[in-house]
Amino acid sequence: MARAISPRRKAFFTLIGWTIGLAIFFPILWTFLTSFKTEGEAIASPPSLLFFDWTTENYSEVQSRSDYFKHAMNSVVISFGSTILGLLIAIPSAWAMAFSPTKRTKDILMWMLSTKMLPPVGVLVPIYLIFRDWNLLDTRLGLTIVMTLINLPIIVWMLYTYFKEIPGDILEAARMDGASLAKEIVYVLAPMAVPGIASTMLLNIILAWNEAFWTLNLSAAKAAPLTAFIASYSSPEGLFWAKLSAASTLAIAPILVLGWFSQRQLVRGLTFGAVK
Amino acid sequence: MKLKSLLLGAVCLGAAGYAQAETLTIATVNNGDMIRMQKLADDFTAKNPGIDLEWVTMEENVLRQKVTTDIATKGGQYDIMTIGTYEVPIWAKQNWLVPLENLGSDYDVDDLLPAIRGGLSIDGKLYAAPFYGESSMVMYRKDLMAKAGLEMPDAPSWDFIADAARKMTDKENEVYGICLRGKAGWGENMAFLTAMSNSFGARWFDENWQPQFDQPEWKDTLGFYVDLMKEAGPPGASSNGFNENLALFQSGKCGMWIDATVAASFVTNPKESQVADKVGFALAPDNSLGKRGNWLWAWSLAIPAGSQKQEAAEKFIAWATGKGYLDLVASKEGWANVPPGTRTSLYENPEYQKAAPFAAMTLQSINAADPTKPSVKPVPYVGVQFVAIPEFQGIGTAVGQQFSAALAGQVSVDQALANAQQLTTREMTKGGYIK
Repeated sequence: MARAISPRRKAFFTLIGWTIGLAIFFPILWTFLTSFKTEGEAIASPPSLLFFDWTTENYSEVQSRSDYFKHAMNSVVISFGSTILGLLIAIPSAWAMAFSPTKRTKDILMWMLSTKMLPPVGVLVPIYLIFRDWNLLDTRLGLTIVMTLINLPIIVWMLYTYFKEIPGDILEAARMDGASLAKEIVYVLAPMAVPGIASTMLLNIILAWNEAFWTLNLSAAKAAPLTAFIASYSSPEGLFWAKLSAASTLAIAPILVLGWFSQRQLVRGLTFGAVK
Repeated sequence: MKLKSLLLGAVCLGAAGYAQAETLTIATVNNGDMIRMQKLADDFTAKNPGIDLEWVTMEENVLRQKVTTDIATKGGQYDIMTIGTYEVPIWAKQNWLVPLENLGSDYDVDDLLPAIRGGLSIDGKLYAAPFYGESSMVMYRKDLMAKAGLEMPDAPSWDFIADAARKMTDKENEVYGICLRGKAGWGENMAFLTAMSNSFGARWFDENWQPQFDQPEWKDTLGFYVDLMKEAGPPGASSNGFNENLALFQSGKCGMWIDATVAASFVTNPKESQVADKVGFALAPDNSLGKRGNWLWAWSLAIPAGSQKQEAAEKFIAWATGKGYLDLVASKEGWANVPPGTRTSLYENPEYQKAAPFAAMTLQSINAADPTKPSVKPVPYVGVQFVAIPEFQGIGTAVGQQFSAALAGQVSVDQALANAQQLTTREMTKGGYIK
């Protein structure tokens, strides 16, 4: 039986929940509002929250100055491509490490994570030279490969922890009932692993979508994703907040919508199954 | 098999083919004049049917990092780069840039302003063509100046500026006499302070590359700046850069602002500025030592040595920085929007003089700055508000942090100067300039 929660306690937690939620959402809301202001109103102090002359002129200016859809398409290809490629490598390796660990498994995991400890700019020039020699500069293929490699340690770690939580006893029970290895994977392991894989996938898409260092430095005109689109609206001399906000809103919209739609499935997936 | 085809599919997803024409990739900064050039570029492609243009617009610091990586590794991603007066002498010496020798017979190189041309040439060869030039000047509120009972001379001294700033300050009503850059960075507070120090007779290095922060001229400069800002500057000035000061000035909170000449068009624009009709301009201040505290910068177009399309690139540069482009902008958007500060003929044009009231001030400011002789005493470097050596970005920013800390009151002026001297000596020794 569920523990009884007093209405006052419930109201208290609801209030805390909403406060934290709004605090986290506020920067996005503010960006959204600013994108409808004029440049003058965007920097006005004190700023106005809702009562200003709403204008869509920033959006038309951004649209006329740069090709949003080209950048968005590049972002989609790079983030989804790198996620698929990453999962293809990470699932078997995490699987192997979770279900048949060796003495060195922990060390290998640690070594993989250690590649994330170097500041990326430290390897910019070597990678740039490799890309130049292989003609990968400013190509979507090149950026997809780099994104895959950068996020691989995180995907492997996440999947490893998910797989680790699947109890060996269930597999054993399936084997006792005469399931072959193929059946064991398809009917027993896969359903339990899907929520983990799905949330890893989503996280990786978001990470690749937002990555700004490599995508900015290794692209020029053809393969530039939305990060480059945003970067082109900042300026050290001149007002740019409203236009930058419009560009940012356009750039985060697709990923926000994706998150929104997959949220229900994700939470359901994470709380569903034999062991959760 | 399935895995293989999936893998292939994922790889193919990323590898989309593109048809290759003669396409010039142009890297540029996100400034008004540059964006205008992008819009007007149809004129070039109409006249040169075989050439397509592709633009990479970036914020200045992102652009600098990208193009520096590309040019240092001879990546060849760009055919034309927009670079400043800081990069040109350094990159030209490294043979990273192609000298511009075929700009065409009607280009008239001698028409370029001598100060700007000098900053972009090595041994008499032009390595980048100036697209627009800028300097710095005093922008002030005529109404507040009158209220304080003062009249701004065309060429004020630092003493006058300090006196006026103190008299204009009304902290209760959030009006501050003077807004100056305080945010740390070689292109932020150090651009202003280095230019200011020239008028105080200070210099970064003596003829033997010895750092000069232990000399009295620097103490005068920094002491004057910190005292003035404490008494008459806005709160939190140590985090203010160009845009923060622009916002303050436009909302009527600054009496005076000394910054880039490009700001003139922003503060006089009634759509953005609450004080558009009350702004006056004057030359950057001096200390009667023969040098003014203004800087010199020119965004210029150059061709990296790694480019495969140098001939077409030079054609484009001749179009964008030639006299014809000025006429094109004038015919489409009016004389006030013509990129300033590059050609003598523009300043002799009566129509331009009429349309841009600050034209004479800009020309005087630019002519007053000599990148080869920036300060009162001789120096071994080129550059007015910077020192054109590769190490300067790092050193300039580190010194800028010290000076910003002094403005914030975290260290004393003497301590900031001692730290600056120490760190500059260390870096210059490491760089092999001094033993």
